[in-house]
Order: sequence, then structure tokens, then C-alpha cells
Amino acid sequence: MTTIDDQEVPMRVIERPAWSAKETSEGPQELLERSGTPDEEILREAGGVLRLPDGHVLDAGQIDVERSDDETMIINMGPQHPSTHGVLRLMLELDGETVLRTKSVIGYLHTGMEKTGEELTYVQGATNVTRMDYLSPLHNEAVFSLATEALLGVEIPDRATWIRTLMLELNRVSSHLMWMATNGMDLGSTSMMIFGFREREMVMSFFEKTTGLRMNNNYIRPGGVAADLPDGWEDDIDILCETILERTFEYDQLLTGQPIFRERTEGVGGLLAEEALALSVTGPLLRSTGVPWDLRRTMPYLAYDQLDFDVLVGTYGDNFDRYAIRLGEIRESIRMIRQILEKMPTGDYRVQDPKVTPPPRGRIDSSMEALIHHFKIFTEGFKVPEGEVYAAIESPRGEIGCYIVSDGSSKPYRMHIRGPSFVNLQVLPLLLRGGLMSDAVACISSVDPVMGEVDR
Amino acid sequence: MGSRDANGNSIGDSSVSDLALGELNDVSHAGGVGVDQVLFPTREAYHGLVLRLKESGFEMCADLCAVDFLTHPGRALPDGIRPERFEVVVNLLSLSQKRRVRVRVQVPESDASIASLFDVYPGSEAMEREAYDLIGIRFSNHPDLTRILMPEEWEGHPLRKDYGSGRVPVQFKETPGPR
Repeated sequence: MTTIDDQEVPMRVIERPAWSAKETSEGPQELLERSGTPDEEILREAGGVLRLPDGHVLDAGQIDVERSDDETMIINMGPQHPSTHGVLRLMLELDGETVLRTKSVIGYLHTGMEKTGEELTYVQGATNVTRMDYLSPLHNEAVFSLATEALLGVEIPDRATWIRTLMLELNRVSSHLMWMATNGMDLGSTSMMIFGFREREMVMSFFEKTTGLRMNNNYIRPGGVAADLPDGWEDDIDILCETILERTFEYDQLLTGQPIFRERTEGVGGLLAEEALALSVTGPLLRSTGVPWDLRRTMPYLAYDQLDFDVLVGTYGDNFDRYAIRLGEIRESIRMIRQILEKMPTGDYRVQDPKVTPPPRGRIDSSMEALIHHFKIFTEGFKVPEGEVYAAIESPRGEIGCYIVSDGSSKPYRMHIRGPSFVNLQVLPLLLRGGLMSDAVACISSVDPVMGEVDR
Repeated sequence: MGSRDANGNSIGDSSVSDLALGELNDVSHAGGVGVDQVLFPTREAYHGLVLRLKESGFEMCADLCAVDFLTHPGRALPDGIRPERFEVVVNLLSLSQKRRVRVRVQVPESDASIASLFDVYPGSEAMEREAYDLIGIRFSNHPDLTRILMPEEWEGHPLRKDYGSGRVPVQFKETPGPR
């Protein structure tokens, strides 16, 4: 018995009344039947992206838009599906087992972090943004800090720059290891999942030692980093690099040369460079199509212009290329970390500018001015000159950008994060179209979405 | 022009792009801080300008967002640009020339709508939906202008400055009484 409008109504499970369906409905955000969808949108959901100004690609002959609704079936995948990496909900139109149209319904993890960012000072801001892409929190902090510093016009010390570079590369390793783990699981290799998590744990332990936290570190802040590297960090990094590098060759044995894995990834989810560019796709997805675009190389920031590394590109833009690129990037990152180990300069780990840096703990006990200064920075924050700036760095998922508008106060007037996985998700209709339902899981995985950042 | 490839012919042709951008500097206003070039077209010229930027080598629309300047009207703008309540900010990226350009368009409150870039950059689709959802800018000729992050029946646009965080009770479907 169920109550509707104070009346008790007997109900069976199979009789789902309209109001019950409405409880979970997202209305027009969902994938609708062909008869109720404009041609442009059908084409987009079917993966048609390359539109020329004269519109001749809109030819219905190239894409089967005229199929009738009763030939196909629309099904839901997610938001609580184990392979959707969080709360991604996909609606798929299927013909038998073949995917015809795809639409992602997102927003299940939306917590209004851009709005929150407007309520927090620049000092607190890094704590907020670090929670967006929870697999590479340091990249979020770094891009926010770089944008803030560009508005402030402060130059951070050399050591801070190198520590940031080191931590970002370590974070890339841990993020890609996590991807290897989940991708392995999506393709049925549970050993890879265990291995990936095991190696990632080494990086996490180092983060815990350095920043105090495994995730959401709030370590990279405007003006430098929160703390210097711990004593003996060189040895930790040495062991970490050696172990993880060695184990990447175990992954080669486990997956790269394995016929079943190759069969399931090669030629699946193909993407062309033109399509990737048109859809604003960045990161390993773009590089898998053969476009050598890596912000670390093409628009260097931090200390990347002083490091020797290769930008890995693929040829076919399929799932295997993306796997190979990410595996290779782990090795390239380790190569960079080893160079950083040698080149790490001595000096300050944060800028000694009283405007943005709190006084050292020792002086707070002895100096009244230092105490007031400390109090002011953490209550009011520091004022940032008026202006607007867009900073972008290469996160493990692609270009993460931060657009800040400052009105001269101590809080950002507008803080917008360009999330790479939010934009990259648009490629799904294209990757999935014409493929099998079982390959859909592999394609979602190869996009590597992090829903915390997609929904922000 | 008709045979121009989606990006193939325009990549690496720097003389063409410099000329085009030089023209653009005359018709609109360049300025702003940082290394990026900032262009301030009118709402009418916006779509055409972006189209020409794409033809001159900006292959990718890296970012699109909107800003509500309700409580900060006195921002620095070049002469001849009348500040309006909303601004749509587009960051374009040129892979061949390794540079960015930012396009800032004023959108009045009375008619918060602007042309969609979907036909130029299909990748702006989700970003425009986000700007519509959170700020309430309507993009004309967008194929699917629905909310993307908020639930479909949500009232208001949360990133507007008059929305007021902490004042409006959270809207859930079971919420009793008036909102």
C-alpha cells in the first residue's frame, strides 16, 4: 500500500505510475526518442561533430537519423553503474547490442564549487578547488595558485617552483596508475586493479608524509607551497621511482602484449584528430589521435622548460593508443622526477612577501605585529588587484584552466574552472557510436572522467 | 572558402592569421592584463569574429563561461564598450601558433541571449549549457539548451550575484511549502 495525496492506493511493482517515474526524471536533459528530438541534436548524439559552415555534413544519408523509434531501445546506464567511475549516467539508444546514440546526463555530484569559490578568500580557495578533480588534487591547486599569482604579480622562489613540479608529476603518476587500475577492472583484469592501487599507495604515502594528507592536500597555495619537503625525501623518491618504473614493465607483460586485452582495445573507440579538436578534447585523448599537444611542452609553466621529456602521441586514436600513452606517461613522469631530484635548488619554499605569506610560527609567539599579521591573513585574506586572468596547465586528463575575475577584494569575484573531463565527456557519443554495448564500458574508461570535476 | 577543411588548411598559415587578427584589432578593442590577447566585440559581431578567428588558426574553443557583473559594474573596459550586466568569456586556443585569445562579449540583462558557437566549435556545446544553467544566458541556435548540472525543475541560476547563497533554501522535490 502506498499513499498518494493522503489516499491509500494498492500498488504493484510493475505498475509504475507517472508520478513515480517523475521522481527520478531529468526531463529534457535525458536522451529522448527520435521523434521528439531535433535533427541537429540527433546528429550530435549519434556522434556527428564535424560541421562545415555550409552544413553539408548534415546529410541524413551519412547518419541513420530516419530510423523509427520502435526499431530501437533506449536504456539507462548509471548513475550507479560500477564502470561509470562515479555518478555518470549514460543513456544509450541500442539496436540489438549496437550503440546508436549516446547522451550523458551529469550533475549528480554538483555541489556548486564555483559559487563556493566566490565566498572563500584566495587563502581558502585552494582548499575548495582541490576537491574538484579528486584524483589529481594538486593540479587543481596549482592552476588556481598560478592564476592568483598572475593577478598578484608575485614571483615565487625557485625551490617552490621545483617542489610544485615534483608534486605535480608524482600526482600524474598516481592518477595514471589509478586509471590503469580501473581500466583493467573494466576490461576484466582484476590483477591490474590490485597492482594499480598497490603502486598508487606508494605515491599516496609520500603525499601523506609531505602534505599531511593523502588526497585534497591543499599543499600548493598562492605564494608557494605549504611546507618544505620532509627530511630524506630524496631516498623516498628514489625507491618510489625505481619500484614503479620496474612495475610498469610488469604491466607490459600483464596487459600490453596480452591478446585478449589487445583484441578488446585495438580499433575500439577510434577518434580522428579533426574530431578531437572540434570537440575541444585535450590531454591523452587528443594526443592519442596524433596531435602533439601537451601544455608542458607547448606552453611551458613552472619548471617544465628545463626538463627533458618526450610528448607521447598515438596513431589511431583508439583505446589501445590511450592506454599506451598513459602507461608511457608514467615512465616519462618518472624520468622527469629523477631529473628534478638532481636539479632541486635550495632556498625558500614560499615567497617572502608579507602581503601573501603568513609570518613563521616562531615569530608569532614573540611579536605582536606578527600575530596580528597572521590573524589578518587567515581571517581577511589578502587583497588581489582588479583584473581577470586565465591560467591553464596540463592535468592528467587534459587542459585544466582557471579563469578568475577579481574586483580588488580578498575573494574572487568569479572563479571558473575549465574541467578537462567535463569537456572530454562530449566525445562519448562519437566513441560509442556503432560499437558494442560491452565496448562502451572500455570507451568510458578510456576517457578517464572524474565526476568530481565534471560536476564541480 | 567553400573547400576549406575544418582545420587542415588553416593550420600553420601564420601570415593569414596575423593579417586577420590585425584587422580584428581595428574593428574591436584589444587590451587586458596577462599574455593573452583580449578582444571585445559587440554582441552582433561576436559570432562572425569567432568564425574568422577559427579560420585564422584558432582550432579549439578551450573554454567558455559567463560572468555576472551585477555588483561590480565599474570594471575596466576599453573606450566605447558599454558595460552590461553579463559577460560571456570565450578562450580560444591556437595549437599551430601556440597562443590564446580571449573574447569578452557584453550581454545586457534585458535580453540575456547570444549566438551559440555550436556551429563553429561543436565542443562548446556542454560549456554553453553550463553557462545557461548557472548564469542564465540563452544561446540561440544551440541544439539542446537544457540545464546540465542542476536538476531540470530548478528555479533560478545559481551563479548570478542576486541568487544569494545561504539564503535560498535548498530545493528538493519533497520540500514542503513555498520556496
